[in-house]
Amino acid sequence: MSKFLTQSAEYMPLLLKGLWLTIAVTILALCLATVLGLVWALLRTSGIRALAAPTRVLVEFVRGIPILVILFYIYFVMPEIGIDLTAFQAGVIGLALTYSCYIGETFRAGIEAVDKGQVEAAKSIGMKRPLMMRRVVLPQAFRIVLPPYANNVVMLLKDSSQVSVISVAELTMQGKMLASSTFNNMTVFTLVALLYLCLTIPLNFVMRRVEIAMGKAP
Amino acid sequence: MIRFDDVHKSFGSHQVLKGVTAGIGKGEVVCLIGPSGSGKSTLLRCVNGLETYQSGRIAIDGQPVDAESSGIHDIRTRVSMVFQRFNLFPHRTALENVMEGPLYVLRQDAAEVRERAVALLTRVGLADKVNAYPGSLSGGQQQRVAIARALAMQPQAILFDEPTSALDPEMVGEVLQVMRALAEEHMTMLVVTHEIQFAREVADSVLFLDGGRIVEQGPAGEILRNPKHERTQDFLRRVTHPV
Repeated sequence: MSKFLTQSAEYMPLLLKGLWLTIAVTILALCLATVLGLVWALLRTSGIRALAAPTRVLVEFVRGIPILVILFYIYFVMPEIGIDLTAFQAGVIGLALTYSCYIGETFRAGIEAVDKGQVEAAKSIGMKRPLMMRRVVLPQAFRIVLPPYANNVVMLLKDSSQVSVISVAELTMQGKMLASSTFNNMTVFTLVALLYLCLTIPLNFVMRRVEIAMGKAP
Repeated sequence: MIRFDDVHKSFGSHQVLKGVTAGIGKGEVVCLIGPSGSGKSTLLRCVNGLETYQSGRIAIDGQPVDAESSGIHDIRTRVSMVFQRFNLFPHRTALENVMEGPLYVLRQDAAEVRERAVALLTRVGLADKVNAYPGSLSGGQQQRVAIARALAMQPQAILFDEPTSALDPEMVGEVLQVMRALAEEHMTMLVVTHEIQFAREVADSVLFLDGGRIVEQGPAGEILRNPKHERTQDFLRRVTHPV
């Protein structure tokens, strides 16, 4: 046990560096994925085929490709057509693109779950679609999608470890490097797992509190 | 003010309206009665473009109603609607529900809108529920808020789609009373209802619809007391003496 602690103290600074990168990748990708997801959902529910159909194809495509392949594609293939990205940028974009499709589908389900009577009531007082979405549909849809959205957030946080394959030195990558140079697999990966839990458990807790607060609100 | 000319409507192969022609004058209260599936709600919903119709013409003050055109939004600000299931916005208070249209659609002055909304809620007997959310109100109270919301648009006419059908029996009276007061102020009202008593007392005229056609129309007293058509007689007998 004391060996574990001394080793931990020794490894922690490197792992914390990785942890910060994990947090940064997650937050940036989440913001981007949420905005894009909302765009996909609005396009898909627009009722305009020329907008809904291509979005649907995009979502189906992205959801059908493993996230690792998407990351490889963005990082290794894009430079061939002149788009050079750092590993960090490629990682954030790849995660954001993938999760925008999951989150978009979540939002779409939420929008479609809002009672049709609400849409009719909004129309009946002369609201056009943008105002109706902003004032009537989305506020109710957000409440509906909060639990699945929270789930997406936690999954995104965990999937941020995937960007290690394109050499972003986030938590998992730091752990792998430490482990291969020290051979203390047990200590290193235990620490890595604990650090992830330090993020996911409070995140779950916060999300549950928000849900309860919103559930109580009318 | 509202005119129907040979209006036809079908859902797929099922014809719901088979040529409806009728007119509602300014300040008139017209009740649409008839068995369920007769097309009365559909006809009502065509007036503000919540449903489309395939042929014929519906016009409001001469302006044709076309659910697909951009003019429909303008028509909806002039012809309000009250729904069977109230359809209040659950995330907004009674006051906010009433203010929503004038404030965000008509873009009227907020202070003025608030003052008018409070007055309207007071008028429907809900002065003490201004800040209540719909979820905490009874059905009757919710429907009265919905009527206030419709009135807040200062409409030329209000469409009522079975406004008391989703209410517990003891709450029907309070809603009908508000509607009766509106009728006395000569609000133009088109009401789909099963409340024959209300139609008899309040309506100027009655349209009896069956199978997508107007079977009989005329002054309320006449039609409800001495229906000429056999189907009207049969319908009235069944709704007034259900057993």
